[in-house]
Amino acid sequence: MTNEGLLEERIGEWRQYFRRRQAVRPVDIEELEDHLRSQVDALREAGLNEDEAFLVAVKRLGDLDSVSREFAHEYSERLWKQLVVSPGAGAASLTAHRDTVLAIGLAIAAAVALKIPELFGLHMSGPDADASFYVRNTSLLVLPFLAAFFALKRSLQPGGWFRLALPFIAAGLIVNLLPFKPDGHTLVLAVIHLPIALWLAIGFAYTGGRWRSHEHRMNFVRFSGEWFIYYTLIALGGGILVAFTFFIFEAIGLDAEPLVGRWIVPCGAAGAVLIGAWLVESKQSVIESMAPVLTLLFTPLFTILLLTFVATMIWTGNAIDVGREVLIGFDLLLVVVLGLLLYAISARDSQAPPGKFDRLRLLLVLCALLVDVLALWAMVARTSEFGFSPNKTAALGLNLLLLVNLGWSAVLYARFLANRSSFTLLERWQTTYLPAYAVWAWIVVVIFPAVFKYQ
Amino acid sequence: MDINKDLVAASATPLVLAILTEGQSYGYAIIKRVGEVSGGELSWTDGMVYPLLHRLERKGLIEAVWGQSETGRRRKYYRLTQAGAEDLARQQRQWQTVDQALRGVWHMVAHPAMQPV
Repeated sequence: MTNEGLLEERIGEWRQYFRRRQAVRPVDIEELEDHLRSQVDALREAGLNEDEAFLVAVKRLGDLDSVSREFAHEYSERLWKQLVVSPGAGAASLTAHRDTVLAIGLAIAAAVALKIPELFGLHMSGPDADASFYVRNTSLLVLPFLAAFFALKRSLQPGGWFRLALPFIAAGLIVNLLPFKPDGHTLVLAVIHLPIALWLAIGFAYTGGRWRSHEHRMNFVRFSGEWFIYYTLIALGGGILVAFTFFIFEAIGLDAEPLVGRWIVPCGAAGAVLIGAWLVESKQSVIESMAPVLTLLFTPLFTILLLTFVATMIWTGNAIDVGREVLIGFDLLLVVVLGLLLYAISARDSQAPPGKFDRLRLLLVLCALLVDVLALWAMVARTSEFGFSPNKTAALGLNLLLLVNLGWSAVLYARFLANRSSFTLLERWQTTYLPAYAVWAWIVVVIFPAVFKYQ
Repeated sequence: MDINKDLVAASATPLVLAILTEGQSYGYAIIKRVGEVSGGELSWTDGMVYPLLHRLERKGLIEAVWGQSETGRRRKYYRLTQAGAEDLARQQRQWQTVDQALRGVWHMVAHPAMQPV
């Protein structure tokens, strides 16, 4: 064997040995290997042979255990996860038990809270139903329990509890006391934006009041997506449960509709909000590999869809026929693309160098931006026919908000791919921008009704 | 000279940040530069520099980009950010204050080790 081959073999062994330390990631090893090779080259120039140079270089790099420990310290978050995933530790299982009781208790409380208004004659369904009450208040009856779950779990200070309660109280006053016209657009808009506005209040509880920290914000983003996945899964299961309820009661000649419509569906939907959150918290490692896989699966599919759409538009020369629904549709498209991007970012190792999936994501964002700009263009061209109704203003505002977010993301992504900027800047941009959505949701809830005269 | 571990650790951040004011650099070159500016007196365990660099990056004081070495290997380069430059200025003032205070007392203890007991 040549000396050169021997050196390669030694470095290979060193790499294998290092890889066994969980705290050190493959990209870190790559960086250290570059260091090792630079050192070996320098020592050989100074007259040492390969063997000596390798030994001295490894020695100078420091003993692997302490270097790994230092890395583990830096990635303490990762280390923490490894500790939690392996059960058995007494204290950990005790906390897990406490969380389980807390989550189930609050889930039942949320379900009960949703049914309490019935005692006062506010029925959810049936001939004497008061739909308007539930349209306004459903999120206010359920989401406080989710906020309480995190406030308790993160041991929020009394001042934090107070600040957490404020948005809920304010929202309750606004939707119930303002003179909305029944079934008016501004009421519908306020009701749609209310959960989003309150979700950010939940973010405050989730981060234990440390909502300014970028890392905590990113964790909350991660939580939101995972919660959504769990909620969807629970809803699917719930659908099967409901189908079977109908089926077995029908077999004995009974109609299960009152039981399902009044109890199972509303209580289940309310309780699932808490159970979903608890599952995200306690089964972190399971879902963590699921969300990135889903984004990996759908990023190429959405890219192909958008590319095909743009090509078809050019080919047929058909312009986008703008109406309110179309604009809302494009808003949703941007939300999905942003979700795919945000998810990929939150799951991506920020230290890793650019890869082919990064290029694909940039392509997806660029396509979405192009399509959206075309839609906006069509809309502006015909704005005189439209005027500014509350619905159009809300849809347009959200569209611009998303456009700014994705536009600057594309710039930062392109800079990262060109090795001119680091990935953390892209992460920072996303977490910095989050409050803009909360502000917008609150504007729609608080300011829109008055501006558009409660129509 | 053997320098106390805590001192080495405390001075590591300003040293790295100051070296990066000369332009972007990578781990191995930074360590070499530390050796040069300290006249070989300050020796770090090479491997420890990388967790430090990652920590500084996470704090936003420096940023990392992947590039290539002269021989075509992938190499991670680091450079100072605006926040890093500001932090360095702050640290510089702190160190200068400490340095000044120490200068004020050194003459009181003029070579105690050499005096007969």
